[in-house]
Amino acid sequence: MATTREIVNPAIAEAHPRLFDVRHIREDFPILKQKMHGKPLVYLDNAATSQKPQVVIDALLRYYLQDCSNIHRGVYLLSERSTQAYEDARANVQKFINAAESREIVFVRGSTEGMNLVAQTYGRQHVGAGDEVLITALEHHSNIVPWQILCEEKGARLRVGPINDRGELILGEFEKLLSDRTKIVAVAHVSNALGTINPVKQIVAMAHARKIPVLIDGAQAVPHLKVDVRALDADFYAISGHKMFGPTGIGVLYGKAHLLESMPPYQGGGDMILNVTFEKTTYNHIPHKFEAGTPNIAATIGLGAAIDYLTGVGMENVASYEHALLAYATEAIGQIPGVRLIGTAREKAGVLSFVMDGIHPHDVGTVLDQEGIAVRTGHHCAQPVMERFGIPATVRASLAFYNTKQEINALAAGLEHVKRMFA
Amino acid sequence: MSDLSSLYQEVILDHSKRPRNFHAIENADRHANGFNPLCGDKVTIYLHMSGDRIEDISFQGSGCAISTASASILTETLKGKTREEAQALFEAFHKLVTGKPVDSAGGPPLGKLAVFAGVSEFPVRVKCASLAWHTLRSALEKSAAVASTE
Repeated sequence: MATTREIVNPAIAEAHPRLFDVRHIREDFPILKQKMHGKPLVYLDNAATSQKPQVVIDALLRYYLQDCSNIHRGVYLLSERSTQAYEDARANVQKFINAAESREIVFVRGSTEGMNLVAQTYGRQHVGAGDEVLITALEHHSNIVPWQILCEEKGARLRVGPINDRGELILGEFEKLLSDRTKIVAVAHVSNALGTINPVKQIVAMAHARKIPVLIDGAQAVPHLKVDVRALDADFYAISGHKMFGPTGIGVLYGKAHLLESMPPYQGGGDMILNVTFEKTTYNHIPHKFEAGTPNIAATIGLGAAIDYLTGVGMENVASYEHALLAYATEAIGQIPGVRLIGTAREKAGVLSFVMDGIHPHDVGTVLDQEGIAVRTGHHCAQPVMERFGIPATVRASLAFYNTKQEINALAAGLEHVKRMFA
Repeated sequence: MSDLSSLYQEVILDHSKRPRNFHAIENADRHANGFNPLCGDKVTIYLHMSGDRIEDISFQGSGCAISTASASILTETLKGKTREEAQALFEAFHKLVTGKPVDSAGGPPLGKLAVFAGVSEFPVRVKCASLAWHTLRSALEKSAAVASTE
């Protein structure tokens, strides 16, 4: 008699290392056990920063307790250990985003610094008077202001691809803005304010057809989606560590090796040189050319641990769980009379931005806080997005894979409470 | 929910829903704009002065319940007051919302402004309550710059 037991395909078991059980996941995040104003903490501000699993906290502790030393310098064992851990983290990032080589992984302070680095090196090298930089109307201030600074310096022009009422990039209009004058394209993978997933693969193809390189701001994508920089054919890809369950103060700029090699250094200092005399300095090889000074060693090692953790959970699992939770939340929150969702893109990651009739987001946030619910209120560092929708601010609930349906129910109940208070 | 009801007192909710003196003054001899970059709240204060006395005062703008009610009650409180009285009230109000002891003997009577005492329990909302007052000060000083809570 044939057994009815499921035969586990090892390849599938590898991709789905364990059944996604949110209760187990939550146990990995000590902060979630807290109460706020006497109520269980409902943390829904993951687009601002994510919480850290115990393994990341342990990695930080281990570095300071056992391995604390500078990297790339000491001949002693302690320094060997910290250098190894630091470079292992680089290899982790490489594998996680499927970069071709680990030297394409530059550690920076955050995605903001990644964007500034490209603007100040590649940008200053290639953008001249009369040239154009093309972004979208969905960008975070960190992917607007560095280009404005560059354009002002060079006499270049910043062009902005428009969005529709759903908060989706109008691809046809965007394509029309690409021209001989366009020297670089810089777009968000996922909008922090609305959750829109941009069609970055198509954008890259459009730009590459005109030989224009593309920088993707992946701060809001990497924590939620499986990202493959080679499949996207991204030229640059910026990542924020603290939004992907790693420590603050660490981020990644991925760049294709030939581009990084052709670019001038961003900052000068130790570790980015091979040889220094007062007459001439020879710069180090990539990625070290872009990592002047002692980096945030502990946070880098912590980021490596976050990647190990995410790999263990499986990004496919994360994405599918969050997709279902977003659908649940969209229905639960969207159906409350007086609530209007801002950003209803067909391709969306776990962000619910909304306004309430006659009630200011700030007041909503204060009332929800008393219920233990943490949401962001304001313009989310995306004032042009707010302007596009004719509103000063929104309430934003942003999800992570440790959030639950019960927490969405708590949010919905909290909003009903808000309505009663301000009715 | 005792904390919340101390913040959102009935008087505050009433003024936020039905703000008083919510219009521009046609013959305003000075006005100033205020902006809270944290939340995007905007307020414009209009003044018609008669010498050193505030003969008429009004406001316009968009903001949360606290900032709207604060601007509304400010205009009610300051109509007819002198520049000096307004300044003294601002100082007393600021102490009130930041939880510092208010000099009840020597200071001016707070009157209706006392409803903002609950704000001191919500430090992130102090800027909402004080935006209109910072803006008033710019208007009185006729400073050209936009008043900011930062």
